[in-house]
Amino acid sequence: MTILSYDSTFEGFLTTVFEIFEFKYQEPQIIKKDDLQRNIFATPVEIVTDITKSDRVIKKLTDQLQNDGVRTLIYAFLSEKVGVEDLLFKVINYAVANKNKNIMKDFSNDAVLQVSQLTKSVGREKHRMEAFIRFELLKDGIYFAKIDPDFDVLTLIMNHFKNRYQDQKWLIYDLRRKYGVFYDLKSVEIVSLDLDVKLIDDKSSSVFSDSEIQYQKLWWEYFDHTNIKERKNTKLHLQHVPKRYWKYLTEKKIF
Amino acid sequence: MNYEKVKEKLEILADAAKYDVSCSSSGGNRKNKNKGLGDSSATGICHTYTEDGRCVSLLKILLTNFCIYDCAYCVTRKSNDIQRAAFTVEEVIDLTINFYRRNYIEGLFLSSGIFKNADYTMERLVRVAKKLRLEHNFNGYIHLKSIPGASDDLMREAGLYADRLSMNLEIPTESGLKLLAPDKNHQDMIKPMGFVKNELIQYKEEKKKFKSTPKFAPAGQSTQVIVGAAQENDFQIIQVADHFYKNFDLKRVYYSGYVPISNDARLPAIGAQVPLVRENRLYQADWLMRFYGFKANEILDKNNPFLDLEVDPKMSWALRNITQFPVIIQNASLEMILRVPGIGVKSAHKIVQSRRFTNLNLDHLKKIGVAVNRARYFISVSNENSHLKFLNALNLKEIILSDTKSKFENPFSNQLSLLNDDSFLR
Ligand code: SF4
Repeated sequence: MTILSYDSTFEGFLTTVFEIFEFKYQEPQIIKKDDLQRNIFATPVEIVTDITKSDRVIKKLTDQLQNDGVRTLIYAFLSEKVGVEDLLFKVINYAVANKNKNIMKDFSNDAVLQVSQLTKSVGREKHRMEAFIRFELLKDGIYFAKIDPDFDVLTLIMNHFKNRYQDQKWLIYDLRRKYGVFYDLKSVEIVSLDLDVKLIDDKSSSVFSDSEIQYQKLWWEYFDHTNIKERKNTKLHLQHVPKRYWKYLTEKKIF
Repeated sequence: MNYEKVKEKLEILADAAKYDVSCSSSGGNRKNKNKGLGDSSATGICHTYTEDGRCVSLLKILLTNFCIYDCAYCVTRKSNDIQRAAFTVEEVIDLTINFYRRNYIEGLFLSSGIFKNADYTMERLVRVAKKLRLEHNFNGYIHLKSIPGASDDLMREAGLYADRLSMNLEIPTESGLKLLAPDKNHQDMIKPMGFVKNELIQYKEEKKKFKSTPKFAPAGQSTQVIVGAAQENDFQIIQVADHFYKNFDLKRVYYSGYVPISNDARLPAIGAQVPLVRENRLYQADWLMRFYGFKANEILDKNNPFLDLEVDPKMSWALRNITQFPVIIQNASLEMILRVPGIGVKSAHKIVQSRRFTNLNLDHLKKIGVAVNRARYFISVSNENSHLKFLNALNLKEIILSDTKSKFENPFSNQLSLLNDDSFLR
């Protein structure tokens, strides 16, 4: 068995894949540098991310699996699931063994199926973030939203918000992963920062624009009055809006 | 803006609009241009769900609940003793934009009681949409209600700024309408639908000739029928739906179980159950017609005019057409695979893709997402399928019902899919 460690980026992972084929490493196991434990006896091969190599892998994969197939792999990667690298490697290996076939459609293969299920979960989380993010207008004119998604989907939702909000500044911040995307009316940038969350959690906080709380209350009222009480169906409601997402939702706040 | 006053109006006018179940924001194709606000080119998003589990995608309000008509099934009817209110055009615009900027909504669904006359009302609705588009560069979704009797000119203008137009039939049959909405005229309601359809056709023609033809209601038109207010049966309802899909190019027909709101003797009394299961079955029948290749008369007929409340209409069809089964998964046509209870559209396509690689067995199907506990009675696969022996049993329905009981215990448990996807037909 060969243990290979990489820098947690997708490019790093693909560089690793490149080198496995290049140097014919046997029984490879791919691990994030941060997850390496000291008590592993085998000394890991440390992979240095190399964009030329990762680009070559991407190109090869795109030729065989189409954009859709590659997107599936990226989504699964962003699930951050332990062992996802080895799973993805299995799929890539299967593709290499079946040249000219789009094996991503072979749901009878276990690795392909598992990857497609991970992709589905990540896709669902992406979709939920696009739906449940709530911006709050700060005094300095920035629409601000904080998120804490199960998977690392911030880069996947970036374009959605960029297409939508072009005449307002906005910042979406991932509390757990401590980075955000910021749009300054010109372009979107990934920014890493350590925000003082307390500051923005406090409703009476002076960081919010004067009208912010008013619109939140209006929305809250609207939500209450668009409901038909005679049709109440809590089970269904929870299926759509699981409790763990309530923290995002203005309409679930207690004023 | 006077927030307190707007809040009061919002309570009244959201309350009055909530019985229109349509909340879809799909089918738009307006892209954000010139650094404006909003984009409705992606499929609609549900930003939240009400406690009754319905998608909230649009700010759905009436411009006013003053109305000169007296439709029995409607809370806004003139004889009803309720609080009345009216938004100004600016207030609606302000709410829409500020809700949109905070990612609460995909856009606006604006309807109205009829005050003064049809054109007067329609003109105001159009003005909201026009201002949003031209003065605020708003590219979010706009759904406007067509007011029965509004002039062609106003309807044409509405189509230029709205993504969707709708006219609610509410009562599907002419006789029912006469009984419950005596001042309304069936023809007045159908006419705008015909108009929109013709404009859509003309728009497509012009689009071929001139690239710059302005958009006309790119998300098409829809309607709603109330279920259980008048005496119509399900066969009549799905025939009406079928007729409108075919002849008026409707994008969607919505079915809304009647929520009793009045003591009028012509209607179910206050406190009567909302017919939710029936409503659910109608949606399922609707999906079968639109995505599963079923014809209206395969789902129901004159002698069989009500949908089975115990099983979904696809299962019901299968039970009546046992000779069409078993379907051989490895080589049956996609059309036939779509007709198997327990197999949804997505799974059907996955089956057709995967079977090129492997001989599929029940385990594969399960992983693909097929509801195997129902499908297994109707299919033959590469491994042994012990449930197939029940196919010709006289009590097949009971066997299936007892087998899948837990799923059906709560008839609404599958309702989540009503307006959004079709997983309930898996
Ligand atoms: S015209 Fe429309 S708003 Fe007025 S009573 Fe009839 S259904 Fe209600």
